[in-house]
Amino acid sequence: MKMTGAKIVIESMIKENVEVVFGYPGGAIMNVYDEIYKQNLFQHILTRHEQAAVHAADGYARATGKVGVAFLTSGPGFTNGVTGLATAYTDSIPLVVISGQVPTSLIGTDAFQEIDAVGISRPCTKHNFLVKDVKDLAYIIKEAFYIAQSGRPGPVHIDIPKDVTAQMTEFVYPKEIDLKTYKPTTKGNKRQIKKVVEAIKEAKKPLVYIGGGAVLSNSAELVREFVNTTQIPAVETLMAKGVLRYDNPLNLGMVGMHGTYAANMAMSEADLIISLGARFDDRVTGKLEEFAKNAKVVHIDIDPTSISKIVQVDYPIVGDLKNVLETMMSLVKSEINPEDYEYFRSIVKRYNELHPLSYHDSDKVLKPEWVIQKTGEILGDKAIISTDVGQHQMWTAQYYPFSFPRQFVTSGGLGTMGFGFPAAMGVKRGVPDKVSINFSGDGSILMNIQEFVTAYEYKLPVINIVLNNNYLGMVRQWQTMFYDDRLAETDLSVQPDFVKLVEACGGKGYRVKTKTEFEEALKDAITQKVPVFIDVIIDRREIVLPMVPAGESLANTIVEYKDPKQLENKDEK
Amino acid sequence: MRKVISVIVENEHGVLARIVNLFAGRGYNIESLTVAPIPESNYSRMTIATEGDPEIFEQIAKQLNKLIPVYKVMESDNFIEKEMAMVKFPIDNSLSDIDALARCYNGNISNVSEDYIVVTVIDRAVRIDNFIKGIKKFSPIEIVRSGVSVIDR
Ligand SMILES: Cc1ncc(C[n+]2csc(CCOP(=O)(O)OP(=O)(O)O)c2C)c(N)n1
Ligand SMILES: [Mg+2]
Repeated sequence: MKMTGAKIVIESMIKENVEVVFGYPGGAIMNVYDEIYKQNLFQHILTRHEQAAVHAADGYARATGKVGVAFLTSGPGFTNGVTGLATAYTDSIPLVVISGQVPTSLIGTDAFQEIDAVGISRPCTKHNFLVKDVKDLAYIIKEAFYIAQSGRPGPVHIDIPKDVTAQMTEFVYPKEIDLKTYKPTTKGNKRQIKKVVEAIKEAKKPLVYIGGGAVLSNSAELVREFVNTTQIPAVETLMAKGVLRYDNPLNLGMVGMHGTYAANMAMSEADLIISLGARFDDRVTGKLEEFAKNAKVVHIDIDPTSISKIVQVDYPIVGDLKNVLETMMSLVKSEINPEDYEYFRSIVKRYNELHPLSYHDSDKVLKPEWVIQKTGEILGDKAIISTDVGQHQMWTAQYYPFSFPRQFVTSGGLGTMGFGFPAAMGVKRGVPDKVSINFSGDGSILMNIQEFVTAYEYKLPVINIVLNNNYLGMVRQWQTMFYDDRLAETDLSVQPDFVKLVEACGGKGYRVKTKTEFEEALKDAITQKVPVFIDVIIDRREIVLPMVPAGESLANTIVEYKDPKQLENKDEK
Repeated sequence: MRKVISVIVENEHGVLARIVNLFAGRGYNIESLTVAPIPESNYSRMTIATEGDPEIFEQIAKQLNKLIPVYKVMESDNFIEKEMAMVKFPIDNSLSDIDALARCYNGNISNVSEDYIVVTVIDRAVRIDNFIKGIKKFSPIEIVRSGVSVIDR
């Protein structure tokens, strides 16, 4: 059937089983919006800022494993979305983002709302397209969905000039797609897998190092099986939360800058590191020269560029983690004796007993760690947890009891403040039967606060638990620890009345200062049909511990820090 | 260390920008770059001369391969490598001296006008370097180098 480019966009979404598009209209994409108006097969959610549209699509994708979709207009609409693209790109999240562009005849003339969108998105997308001919449109959309979710996933951007959405052509949506220049390796090399099993057999102190790839490749079950069968202790990155249950005794917790003492020491002491879809980020490795000094490294990853990029790898395996683990498991069961690692298990157990994750609780002032733990007690696996970026993000990673993959939605690679709330809306849209929590900070939440209107309109009852320290806390922490407590531009004492602010948008607000108030507020919040803001007044001077100062070795993990200005410490004297 | 990488890419919108952005964004050097379509195909060949450590080359090759429109990345120590240089000299030089020198580098005199002599030579990049040193005494006015082309032996 012949149809316009705009209609082709809509029909292609339906072919891809898209159930929701987040977006914001404008001149260059009006033809497409006109077709959205005429159909009712998918929902369009009008966010109140384009950045939020892309983050919402991202949150939807992270929670569901499906491709998230956002529509933007040209010029400022597109540039507002760029942070969203970059956020998804650094965390390898599959998105298709479609933007309108000025008509082909005007491209290059500095037309109204013209910007070189593909030029801007090139370094922050897996791939991008400028559609020059309506005849290519359906194929390009198919290609975009395929590229976004295959191999190492990532966002794909399609820029469509306005005249292309107006032109007519025959609509044929390709069933199969074959790209000569893009063939991700999925099966790992068998001989290499055998060698890895051999290496594990010989190792005395092997350590599993789990990354976000284990979530993206849906390998959590296999990773659990691998760890439980071999009884090899494991550490996880921020992106791998939930792959192992929080209460698995072999799970040493998060590794890196705010990792647990046990995880960081295990990394420093291991003689074999088995990396499952992790990428040796600098927030994980600490000082590189000291990192895993005693270890050989196994690295399983779908992306060859991740291998030996940071750390020289002894056993590289390029392939889909799921495939590789499946092959490996059959060998592991017969070859590996879990008894062999008893000694190492006892060492890491001792590390954990020496310095478990801990904080000084108080009855005078709320501690953020307690708030998160309490939320975990009340909601546990009934909630999906998003975060913004800062101290609250790290505390959430440390103290929430994550028990399944895709339960934790956070901007890891880019660290984008303002991500949490719109992402949590996407989560709620994608997984409506879970409670959608966003742990946020008083700085971050203001970056997309306008989304209260969206969440209210579309009945997405996200619960924002804002750990309010009246600070840009994470930056403040560094200033206190490394800049002699000179608090340059991090004091957020001047704040809106959050309760009034969100209630003006149709939301429900609570302000809490005590444990009882918090529990009551949370229990009430869960029953609400509107978006919620719990303004939790916490100890301002609380810092995130443990901490490996930037550029230091993991072995130098700081576990105690006395802040003379902290209320609690003063009282103790 | 210098290395030449030959990249076959799909001949499509923005592909050159993708490659160049990759080098710029990741801080890799481009010493020279030659691009032309491969006859009777939808592909182009880009020949990139670059400078760096072996680990950097490994990353460059992998990063290039990761780009969607890149079909093939070839590195070899067994390339035949050629580069062209064109040089303009003032007319008051000795034609025969210049001609003799050009011949040493697979070249010849391409044009002689009222004011200038133009010479074209084709040789390996290091040899072109030597040629450019050797012509100093003829006071060249303009030197144009092409960037390298390579083919596997
Ligand atoms: C968009 C953006 N701007 C700046 C930063 C740098 N930054 C990282 S954490 C942080 C403070 C966040 O403050 P808040 O949201 O109140 O969280 P807290 O650390 O207090 O829990 C800042 C400014 C960032 N990550 N993202
Ligand atoms: Mg704060």
